Amino acid sequence: MQLDDLKARADELRSEAARSHRIRVCLAASCQSSGAGEVCEGFERAVESAGRGDDVEVRRVGCLGLCSAGPLVAVDGRNAAFSELYRHVGPDDVEGLLDSVEGEPVEQLRCPTDVPFFQRQHKVVLENSGLVDPDRIEDYIAQDGYQALVRAVTEMTPEDVLREVQTSGLRGRGGAGYPAGLKWSTVAKAVESPKYVICNGDEGDPGAFMDRAVLESDPHRVLEGMALAAYAVGASRGFVYVRAEYPLAVERLERAIRQATKEGFLGHGVCASPFDFTIELRMGAGAFVCGEETALMASIEGLRGQPRPRPPYPAESGLWGGPTLINNVETLANVPPVVRNGGEWFASIGTPDSTGTKVFALAGRVENTGLVEVPMGITLREIVEEVGGGVPDGRAFKAVQTGGPSGGCIPVELTETSVEYDTLRAVGSIMGSGGMIVMDETSCMVDVARYFMEFCMTESCGKCIPCRAGTVQLHDLLVKIADRRATSADLALLEELCEVVQMTSLCGLGQTAPNPVQSTLRYFRHEYEERLVETPPGEFLVPLDVVDT
Amino acid sequence: MKVAVKRVSPPSDDKRWKLVDVTMRRNGYSAHALIETLHVVQNSFGYLDGRAMRYVARSLRIPLSRVYGVATFYHLFSLEPTGEHTCVVCTGTACYIKGAPDLIDAVEDQYDVSIGGTTADGRLSLLSARCLGACGLAPAVVVDGEIRGRQTSEALLQEIGEATCNSTT
Repeated sequence: MQLDDLKARADELRSEAARSHRIRVCLAASCQSSGAGEVCEGFERAVESAGRGDDVEVRRVGCLGLCSAGPLVAVDGRNAAFSELYRHVGPDDVEGLLDSVEGEPVEQLRCPTDVPFFQRQHKVVLENSGLVDPDRIEDYIAQDGYQALVRAVTEMTPEDVLREVQTSGLRGRGGAGYPAGLKWSTVAKAVESPKYVICNGDEGDPGAFMDRAVLESDPHRVLEGMALAAYAVGASRGFVYVRAEYPLAVERLERAIRQATKEGFLGHGVCASPFDFTIELRMGAGAFVCGEETALMASIEGLRGQPRPRPPYPAESGLWGGPTLINNVETLANVPPVVRNGGEWFASIGTPDSTGTKVFALAGRVENTGLVEVPMGITLREIVEEVGGGVPDGRAFKAVQTGGPSGGCIPVELTETSVEYDTLRAVGSIMGSGGMIVMDETSCMVDVARYFMEFCMTESCGKCIPCRAGTVQLHDLLVKIADRRATSADLALLEELCEVVQMTSLCGLGQTAPNPVQSTLRYFRHEYEERLVETPPGEFLVPLDVVDT
Repeated sequence: MKVAVKRVSPPSDDKRWKLVDVTMRRNGYSAHALIETLHVVQNSFGYLDGRAMRYVARSLRIPLSRVYGVATFYHLFSLEPTGEHTCVVCTGTACYIKGAPDLIDAVEDQYDVSIGGTTADGRLSLLSARCLGACGLAPAVVVDGEIRGRQTSEALLQEIGEATCNSTT
């Protein structure tokens, strides 16, 4: 297949789609849980019974963003005459909205899109989310999908693709922010074969659902990103590792892989070039530690998901000993636009050290919960107060937690911090994979620290002692402090142990487990101190029977 | 030289073993397919018992200890049957700070069951999930596979009550 053929096909699909009105119903997890499935069926029945199947298309789409206002429905006029977003749509509203394709908008359901929640966002990764039907490859092609891949394999050398990614300054979106170009070039330089490309979709941070939205709303983008990565590094086999907790993502990916293989974008001789690439799907089974790259590879090999020491890094010796490129879902979803529009275009978004955009799952005590994609460099305050609409019920904004169990809490005084890998690290948190939980004055920071420590304690794989035993001890100390049974000696012990666990654990899970404790201690130490007691109640009492014998 | 491998026959003539066999065959009876195979066993039978684990171990020609190790390592695999009805409370961060612990307490008190356990009569299992990814609906609960957002203790107890009593009538 040539690039011109694909472009012609995209034009044709677009002009065909423009001929009818369109009702887009969000069927992402959150809207679906609020009854979007019923609404969608209502539209399909209404269109059929009105005999309007030819001029009104009902499209099942992925995330429209404002999850807290679901079910969301967008109505587009023919030839893009207008586009309206409606919120809290119920089955009774179907008739009215169907009439609105040619008449007046339904005012009481309208969701204004000229508000900061929509205006402040910059969509790159989520550009197709909510526009395309994830089950139809045609929709993705109509959005210029797979053009980057076809151009790469027909007109570019692997080095060209690699150069674009290096120029873009794209950094890993899984949390640590390792430059993607550097990782790719290490794998590209490795001489052993076969090489592998792995997409890490084991999104385990509680409160993070960005990768889920990308996989469920626009699965082909991730496949295209993987294929481009494989072409650049010289791999011929790829794996997508997805959490088993995301059955919808698994189902949509399976279908997308079948469709892409049938169309010749994957498989033997991609787009009639000498490049071969196949993708297999692997499901997790509920282990947070499998998000760690070496543990993830063990899991793909059918073993317990336990990490191993690095080096050797996966880029040298990874899956079954072969050089392996592992990138997170969002990182790979950024690749097609980078190749399509050039690395310099991507580097112009965001800040010099953190280029591009970042998707955040905004949740907790905030008005607009949902998925937001903002340019790097925006401040935390802008995200919470402008995009997120602030803290509801007149309560005071206290802190924002980023990075899940590996991250930290940033107090309201520091929310002018800009969202960049290095600035967030400087204030004691991390960018993380994108969970952003807003806390108000009612949230107790000791309890938050205890919550994350309980998580790490349960999820510790048990391989190395500092993490296995340390997290248990840290959790006990935090419970003791929360229950007002601890003394200042316990607090000192807590701080010391944090350091030991951080410095001596084998993998990222243990090394970062103390972060929530350390960051809350740094900014909310008084909350710990006011729970301390002089002498612990009832300790040092020797049972009488012991004294007797 | 090709060596003919004698396949182990399933523990019973239950048709569900066919699904398990298909999965193993599709992956060439490779040991890498262990997790895939266990998923299919659990989806078909509801849990992994000793008989199933022995069968998978012999079919994939790996030690039973490795199958048991994998089955107990991953949270999603259950070695015991779950109750007739399930209530999964999301304990992700967003749900946690919006009151998931209260929901768990309410169900634990009402049904005399602790989190991760099943009531003595086998009617209800109370489970927790790390994050359902429905943070916009926090706190979220899944009752018998159906997700319900913005739960309160009262509403949840009522829903569980309805779900569990439907089965007896």
